[in-house]
Amino acid sequence: MCVRSGRFRLYAAVAGGSFRRYATYRIATLAGVFTNTVFGVILTYTYIALWDEKPGLGGYDQAQALTYVWIGQALLTTVAVMGGGFEDELMARIRTGDIAIDLYRPADLQAWWLAGDLGRGAFQLLARGVAPMAFGGLFFSLALPGDALTWLAAAVAVLLGVLVSFALRFLVALSAFWLIDGAGVAQIAWLASMFFSGMLLPLNVFPGALGEIARALPWSALMQVPADVFLGKRTGMDLLATYAFQAGWAAVLLAGGRLLQSVATRRVVVQGG
Amino acid sequence: MAEPTLRDGAARDAPSGLRDGTAEGPLARALDGLRAYRMISAMWIRSTMAYRASFAMTALGNFAATALDFVAILLMFSQVDALGGYRLAEVAFLYGAASTAFGLADLAIGSMDRLGRRVRDGTLDTLLVRPAPVLAQVAADQFALRRLGRVTQGLLILGYALFALDLAWTPLKVLLIPLMLVSGAGIFVAVFIAGAAFQFLAQDASEVQNAFTYGGNTLLQYPPTVFAKDLVRGATFLVPIAFVNWLPGLYVLGRPYPLALPTWAAFTPPLVAVACCALAGLAWRAGLRSYRSTGS
Repeated sequence: MCVRSGRFRLYAAVAGGSFRRYATYRIATLAGVFTNTVFGVILTYTYIALWDEKPGLGGYDQAQALTYVWIGQALLTTVAVMGGGFEDELMARIRTGDIAIDLYRPADLQAWWLAGDLGRGAFQLLARGVAPMAFGGLFFSLALPGDALTWLAAAVAVLLGVLVSFALRFLVALSAFWLIDGAGVAQIAWLASMFFSGMLLPLNVFPGALGEIARALPWSALMQVPADVFLGKRTGMDLLATYAFQAGWAAVLLAGGRLLQSVATRRVVVQGG
Repeated sequence: MAEPTLRDGAARDAPSGLRDGTAEGPLARALDGLRAYRMISAMWIRSTMAYRASFAMTALGNFAATALDFVAILLMFSQVDALGGYRLAEVAFLYGAASTAFGLADLAIGSMDRLGRRVRDGTLDTLLVRPAPVLAQVAADQFALRRLGRVTQGLLILGYALFALDLAWTPLKVLLIPLMLVSGAGIFVAVFIAGAAFQFLAQDASEVQNAFTYGGNTLLQYPPTVFAKDLVRGATFLVPIAFVNWLPGLYVLGRPYPLALPTWAAFTPPLVAVACCALAGLAWRAGLRSYRSTGS
């Protein structure tokens, strides 16, 4: 049996299992859709007021700004802007010492959790992304892309966004090897992610140098970049450069996670009794 | 065993503190509940204070996290001079009032959104057999003093707004400010309780509650002129959170309310808070009556 395809099957099974695991909680998903929609409506009106006051702010017209709101609600859980998904679980396993079992499994720790997170992201994009977006499109005039290619391009950007998001959260989770309680790190990560992803306000609207910095940081790959691709702001060579930006951050951060993982598993004594 | 084991010091402090749950009359029951709430929250505060550095950090984190909303407003005002016809100081006033009121409610009973989990895993049963009102126990459970962070940032921004605003103060307006904060907290408390009652029906739907608590707070941080009339109507008559800060706040600011309501409506928040809490209490009772244990 070919080992490589066996590995692939394993991680595909992990991703599929994670998808089904999230799909089990139907009421929770419905509740989430409801809340995303309510927040979408509230933010929509604040954005209308803002863009009424200053049309063309950040290079968006009003329809694009409102679309940005609903992309934000659609992607909130998919790219896990507020954290969550797996790092609580992984941190708990590190804290209790169960991580020792994970480490002698014939699967790679990072790839295992990544596969699970991709399954989760796929479910949440479908379940919690589509309905709020449809609601927004029905009740407000949005700038939805007319051609299938832009939708496809945006989907790729979202996938890369999930990769960057996972890589960041994996680093957060591994901090528990040293800190035992990773709550502080998780909170700092939450703040950075909320502020620098564009969830709070589009990064194009941030003034001056703050905007420049925010757009260069990895968190912009979570929301701002997929939104810009969706709004047709990145096309042709610019689109490739955008993907390179996201993929670059994903590669750097995933490599960082791998390095940290090898240091942790060599140096740190596992908890447990 | 003759000696009852005391899990927490609180029970020791007040040996006759809790009677057997069947206190006579609503007043005695309410007092019982408050006593239980005080004892349980005091226990959690003592446990929090065992790790002072950790408390300081989480309180600071709470402060920073909840201040992000205001950072968004500041960023908006770095681009515009007014939002919905309101200047920064006026928006800051509404924001500070909403944030403080919500912060107080969140501090008091914010842990109630965990009820669904207790119903699901059956740990609510433990609370049912204890000689104290369940509502008080659930409300004080995991009492998190770090939530003072939100109250603090709300008060700071309210203070800034009061300093920056150039208002024609009257005794009535001065009186209205503390009244607004306390009543607003009462209204949000009712929302939390109603949300928890709903979780008896749908244990996994705790996020629905967020739409009204955090969502309501977000709504109130902006002036009502920003929103569609129907949304303002809903927030006034359906889920009356407009009474937290919009109605009294706009009176203080000397601004007309977008809906045709008499001026005295600005002074009704205490009544609205009491009515909401009474309704939420009924919903809670209905929820608790419908509770079926998991049996595990």
